[in-house]
Amino acid sequence: MLKLKKFRTLVGQSAQVSTQSQEVRVFQRRLWFAVSGMVLLALLLVIRLILLQVIHHDHYTTLSQENRLKVLPIPPTRGLVYSRNGVLLADNRPSFALEVVPERVPALDQALTELGKIIPLDDDQLERFDTERSEKRRFDAVSLKINLTEEEVAIFEANRYRFPGFDIKARLTRYYPLGSQLAHVVGYVGRINVDELNEIDEGDYSGTTHIGKEGVEKAREAVLHGTAGYEQVEVNAQGRILRVVERVAPVPGKDVHLTIDTDLQAAAINALKGQRGAIVAIEPATGAVLAFVSNPAFDPNEFVNGISAKLYAEWRNSPDRPLVNRALQGLYPPGSTVKPAMSIAGLHFGVRTPGDTVWCPGWLQLPGQDHKYRCWQKQGHGTVDLMRSIAESCDVYYYALARDLGIDRMHEILSQFGFGKLTGIDLPGELGGLLPSREWKKRVRKMPWFPGETLINGIGQGFMLATPLQLAHMATILANRGEVLVPRVVAELEDPLTHVVEPIAPFNRPAVEVANAAHWRPAIDGMHEVVQGSHGTARATGAGAAYQYAGKTGTAQLFTIAQDHTVKNQNVTKLLRDHALFIAFAPLEQPEIAVGIIIENGESGSHTAAPIARELFDFYLKQKPPEDDAHS
Amino acid sequence: MRTASERDLLARLHIDGPLLGGAILICVLGLVVLYSASGQSLEVVVRQGLRMLLGLAAMCGIAQISPLRISRWAPVFYVLGTLLLFVVFLFGTGRGTHRWLEMSFIRFQPSEIMKLAVPLTAAWFLNDKLLPPRFPIIAVVLVMVLLPGGLVMVQPDLGTAILIMAAGLLVLFFAGLNWRWIAVAVISGVVLAPIAWYAMRDYQRQRILTLLDPEKDPLGAGYHIIQSMIAVGSGGWSGKGWLNGTQSYLEFLPERATDFIFAVYCEEFGLIGVLVILVAYSLVLARGVQIALSAQDAFGRLVAASLTVTLFVYIFVNMGMVIGQLPVVGVPLPLVSYGGTSLVTLMTGFGILMSIQTHRRFIVES
Repeated sequence: MLKLKKFRTLVGQSAQVSTQSQEVRVFQRRLWFAVSGMVLLALLLVIRLILLQVIHHDHYTTLSQENRLKVLPIPPTRGLVYSRNGVLLADNRPSFALEVVPERVPALDQALTELGKIIPLDDDQLERFDTERSEKRRFDAVSLKINLTEEEVAIFEANRYRFPGFDIKARLTRYYPLGSQLAHVVGYVGRINVDELNEIDEGDYSGTTHIGKEGVEKAREAVLHGTAGYEQVEVNAQGRILRVVERVAPVPGKDVHLTIDTDLQAAAINALKGQRGAIVAIEPATGAVLAFVSNPAFDPNEFVNGISAKLYAEWRNSPDRPLVNRALQGLYPPGSTVKPAMSIAGLHFGVRTPGDTVWCPGWLQLPGQDHKYRCWQKQGHGTVDLMRSIAESCDVYYYALARDLGIDRMHEILSQFGFGKLTGIDLPGELGGLLPSREWKKRVRKMPWFPGETLINGIGQGFMLATPLQLAHMATILANRGEVLVPRVVAELEDPLTHVVEPIAPFNRPAVEVANAAHWRPAIDGMHEVVQGSHGTARATGAGAAYQYAGKTGTAQLFTIAQDHTVKNQNVTKLLRDHALFIAFAPLEQPEIAVGIIIENGESGSHTAAPIARELFDFYLKQKPPEDDAHS
Repeated sequence: MRTASERDLLARLHIDGPLLGGAILICVLGLVVLYSASGQSLEVVVRQGLRMLLGLAAMCGIAQISPLRISRWAPVFYVLGTLLLFVVFLFGTGRGTHRWLEMSFIRFQPSEIMKLAVPLTAAWFLNDKLLPPRFPIIAVVLVMVLLPGGLVMVQPDLGTAILIMAAGLLVLFFAGLNWRWIAVAVISGVVLAPIAWYAMRDYQRQRILTLLDPEKDPLGAGYHIIQSMIAVGSGGWSGKGWLNGTQSYLEFLPERATDFIFAVYCEEFGLIGVLVILVAYSLVLARGVQIALSAQDAFGRLVAASLTVTLFVYIFVNMGMVIGQLPVVGVPLPLVSYGGTSLVTLMTGFGILMSIQTHRRFIVES
């Protein structure tokens, strides 16, 4: 066959004609085949139509006449959200909404003008109405005004005959009693948008108007929503409902109990005194998040029924950025808070022993370089061993340690402390920060790794970025001496009907690999010295505590100070001042709480961030009754 | 019977009488049932009528362009359309799906271009090749068809994807694709189906299960299929009469002006009405087959045959869906369903058929 074709093309014109005619013959056979196929399929259609319209006609006529039954969806009641100490965080409240079915309104614009005369409608509401209308089908109800007052309901009822296609619907609206306090944890619900429509089960959401957009509301949408029920109703020829034939009750969503302690949360917010920043407190034994603050926050209630464009713009453009979840998504250089983890890396790889000392003259130079890597202490620390290096936060010790470890080994250990990857918290939108490596720099920056960068990263500056949650997570790992528990905000789910409780078990990740368990001791002792030793950077805040605890200060530089120049912080505008960082856990043995704190432009970890940790520890360890252990 | 001068006039204008007549007949039936399906909205009927006029104008316009020129432009549209599909894939917005491209003056669906660009480009590519095609050629055409088809499928718009791929694969079929290849494709499809099932997400599986057993999902698609079958069945021989369909007036029928308009038609005009519209479609299809048979080059043959059979696929998939024989995929009933995009594409397709028919070098009257 193949040979024959080649032969034909070689022979030329006459053969060309014969392939041409063969081609046409094949085509005609195929076309007749297709025509027979079409006839056959058309016959199938006709047979099916005869079956429906002639043979089973009586059956379908009966069904059609009895087809006074309509199926109406019943949306399930959304599960509630409670705090660890039983405070209601997300509630469902009855409210009245004015809805319109555009198809049934003869002259919509005119009707809206008329309605505006008896019930005030502002531009925002009309704009939102138009947007929603364009996304829906003509016969779907579109909400025009939500949260009508009882007076407005009465006025409308009296005038309803003038407005065909308009109707008042009573329904449940989500309400967050604590407002902004837990906005960044609980999140909020909002109207279902077109992208979400694509992802959800249409049947299950056919009566539902709202869906979780942020926070726990989004993360736990599946359990909070529940399952829709439906009602078969009998309607008359005009479509009016006569009676309910069958009712399948919806299954309400489960209540979600959080690990957050609202008292501690409030204490943390108060302690910030309005400063921009974030605080995350975690229970080391379980990974339960006790407080999760991102300040300032916003009132989630504004989002439930659509936020006004003006307020949204105001929040979006505010320099304080209340909409940003700093604890989850704010990226800051971790600064000196990495030093305990660095010291453990030094011991693990045998580069240092706890007693090894480094001479700190206030700077360190790499061979063959003029650049002086400076210690924060200009005049130097003198002889520094491991514990002192943490207690007094000596930069030179860590420049030298980083130089001796190299970036690869630093990356290996710091990665195990959770840097550069997601902690896995059960909240949407977490960022993993950045833990640089040779491979990363080659891939992203298209540059080789320079030795000087190793030094800078050794004190948590340079490329390194971490979220406040990651700092708290690292504090938890230190408190647990290497055990890694995934942080979580949901403690348990409860069925609102049967009250069956389904606890969420703590989830472990592989522990930090340290050659010898004794390597934790010097680092933790050093952290203890920071707050309660004679020379610690935050000794002023640790004094007089009724318990032993451990901490580490840090400063995240935003502003690079030129060589041999000192800039007084007073002269730097507030927004360029350094961020103050602090990680801590308490008590020293069997820790019950670990925290990560960032105060934006707070300048000094020891003066602004460390006192907050002390305040929280005093509050939490004192008020916590011993039998509460059973709950967590 | 038309007079010779009329025939000359139509021929000079490159218009094909039977196609034009068939299309107008179906359009008129469409407007009649649309008036009922839209809840007697004259506004909707007028709007659709204007779209039909626009479509007829597009048809006549395209008919003036010679097939040679059409075949040269096809790849340009194909490349453009595929690029736009990528753009939509990345940035598209739309009613729950990523199929519209928002432009400053118009909302635009690139997948619609591909319904014509894919078969035209495949035919253009095969035109100067030795037919039946051999392996490398087949592979090129397959990629040409499956790439845009796949992009449309992930939008997700299964209905349009089916039409695009059907149009392209039909070109390959008419070019004489070896039956062995077809057998291999069918068998591998059967083998791959269970694998695809495991790769699907839960809610996607749920949707397929609903198609198999409509009663399982009383709130969703299952309810619609049952209601649609009741509408068709209760129509009987002669129907309940125009404007008297209770299923549609009591709003039991979903999408009754668009995808399910055939159910309204069946309910109001009965089996007799159905036979009338089937005859009207058959007229157009038969003329398409005739044009394919008398086309004078491979491009003309392949395009005419593919467009004709694709029109049949259109009709069959929509009617099959309405009478509960096929799964619910979003395919409108050609020239009848409310909406402008597919209407213009279909009319353009008719215009291409006319161009193939009226630009022949030696017109032999049969």
